[in-house]
Amino acid sequence: MDIYSAVPFSAWLALSGLLFTIGAIGFLIRRDPIVMFMCIELMLNAGNLLLVASARYRAVMDGQIYVFFVMTVAAAEVAVGLAIIVAIFRQRLDIDVDEMSEMRG
Amino acid sequence: MSNTTFDWIASLIKAVIIFVVLLQLVPVLIWLERKVVARMQQRIGPNRVGPFGLLQPLADAVKLMAKENIIPTGVDKLVYYLAPVISIVPALAAFAVVPFGEPIHVAGRVVYLQVAHVNIGILYVLALSSLAVYGITLAGWSSNNKYSLLGGLRASAQMISYEIPVGLTVVAVVLLAGSLDLLDIVNQQVKQGIWNIGPQFIGFLLFVVASNAELNRAPFDMAEAESELVAGFHTEYTGFRFAMFFMGEYVNMVTTSALATVMYLGGWHGFGPDVWYLNLIWFILKIFAFIIFYMWVRASWPRIRYDQLMGFGWKVMIPAALLNLAATAVVIVVAKERATLWLTAVNIALFVVFLAVLRLVNSRQLEQHRQVVPQPDAVRG
Amino acid sequence: MTWIPFVLIAAVAVFFALYLVLSKNAVHGALSLVLVLVSLAIFFLLLGAEFIFIVQVAVYAGAIMVLFLFVMMLLNVGGAEGPLRENPSWQLAAAIVLGCVLLFEAALHIARAGEGVRHFPQAIAADFGSPERIGQLLFSSYLLPFEITSLVLLAAMIGAVVLALRRFP
Repeated sequence: MDIYSAVPFSAWLALSGLLFTIGAIGFLIRRDPIVMFMCIELMLNAGNLLLVASARYRAVMDGQIYVFFVMTVAAAEVAVGLAIIVAIFRQRLDIDVDEMSEMRG
Repeated sequence: MSNTTFDWIASLIKAVIIFVVLLQLVPVLIWLERKVVARMQQRIGPNRVGPFGLLQPLADAVKLMAKENIIPTGVDKLVYYLAPVISIVPALAAFAVVPFGEPIHVAGRVVYLQVAHVNIGILYVLALSSLAVYGITLAGWSSNNKYSLLGGLRASAQMISYEIPVGLTVVAVVLLAGSLDLLDIVNQQVKQGIWNIGPQFIGFLLFVVASNAELNRAPFDMAEAESELVAGFHTEYTGFRFAMFFMGEYVNMVTTSALATVMYLGGWHGFGPDVWYLNLIWFILKIFAFIIFYMWVRASWPRIRYDQLMGFGWKVMIPAALLNLAATAVVIVVAKERATLWLTAVNIALFVVFLAVLRLVNSRQLEQHRQVVPQPDAVRG
Repeated sequence: MTWIPFVLIAAVAVFFALYLVLSKNAVHGALSLVLVLVSLAIFFLLLGAEFIFIVQVAVYAGAIMVLFLFVMMLLNVGGAEGPLRENPSWQLAAAIVLGCVLLFEAALHIARAGEGVRHFPQAIAADFGSPERIGQLLFSSYLLPFEITSLVLLAAMIGAVVLALRRFP
């Protein structure tokens, strides 16, 4: 696979940045908590792409280890986050994020 | 012809052969299943179309193709069309790394008897089998039908839960082989002198049960339980799209059986001379033995309840698989060369103890049952 | 010529990422996110991270996204976005402006960091990214983080169970 000779490192950086921005904008403009959550996953994955690309660029594997940790933490985060969404939905049958202000004292 | 071109052509030929054989196996398996289950229930089974009813699957196929394609209102069209395809593709793709023979030499070149020789083959199979859940889940969601939705929900929870014991038993096998390459796993079993079904007997049992649940077959066919959910996730599918779910299920069964054969039954090795065509016959025989075992289970057990299924998965299967993995690891480290021997002994001993305990519990329950329910003789009095 | 695979897969990833953000249907969004994840997995494979590739498919596409679908089906919020209000337009505009600023900043840094084009080293160890190497690293230099990860997972599991079991008034 001769992809390295043609595609420079900056192209991977740009793609990662683009995906991260899309995720960030999605997180800001959507109100459905599940979709917002998925946008966070998208941002995490953009970061992962960057880590894997730099691991290959520097020819050290530590970047891949970081990706491994990011994935584990993402799995944990999804488990808790979805449990929270289910709990909220059970209580109020309405999941508009702007309406969730009970914690505001 | 350069080496790369040769490899490409060889892979292409192997892929086409595997694809055709797998899809052609489906009607054969459907006929076999109907016959086997019928015999076990003291019926005759299909016997009208062709000798021994052999052409029955053909007739079924013609019927399914000719049927009207009904699309219910309110379905999510795109997902509804895609779901049957998604359910069949991972099963076909997973077979690509399953080796069905020793690498052979053709014109001075090595040809692996598997579509792709991947050195992380078993991880690839696990990754693809974790995608299999999408077909059923999406079919259930897109059908716009309560029963379908319930079937899809059940299937996704069930398949995620039972993936864990499957993965853990696979890891125990990988520990023994010291490699993720399916070819190495087979060769290691020959080298250690006993197939993995010996040193991993408990793991083998766990794998068979968990993979049965992964296949969504009775007694774990919660996703399509006729008595509760009409037909579950494929209630709203007709004609060829329905047939594709069927094909997906049977191809999955073949792939799982092949994986079990490679991991626990020494792959293509058998008795007699070690030539490639005999090996192939051994491999096919072992796969069919597995498939008939699955049919036997289906004919023998009633469907279990959904909460029982989840409780069994999380409270019995996962702890048992974890213990098996930990024990295997410890024995391999402590006993080193003798690990196979020790593992075999411990596994058989544990299995005997397990059977004894089961028998004890059963007889005690029977005793209680007798005390509560008056005996027929007493009633007749 | 060798640009083609990169451009194709990148286009797929960006298109479906946009689809996730813009689609009104949460289940379609989840499916497009699955496609983004799979195309990123192919990138991982191209970048020599075969173990990460498998983990990406098995864990992200095979488990995490199934959980998302499961919750959407459970809550029956899959279809159109029904009860939710539309965003005020100033919010939309602000989000897009902020996104553009973010993108511009990233582009600036990328442009400044290298002399435009920096290539990957051609030669690389044969077992780069293999499960063996990952395992060796995890159980030597990264042993402590690895063990802490298991604690994180345990905490998440307990948290999810507590949240799910709690009875709300």
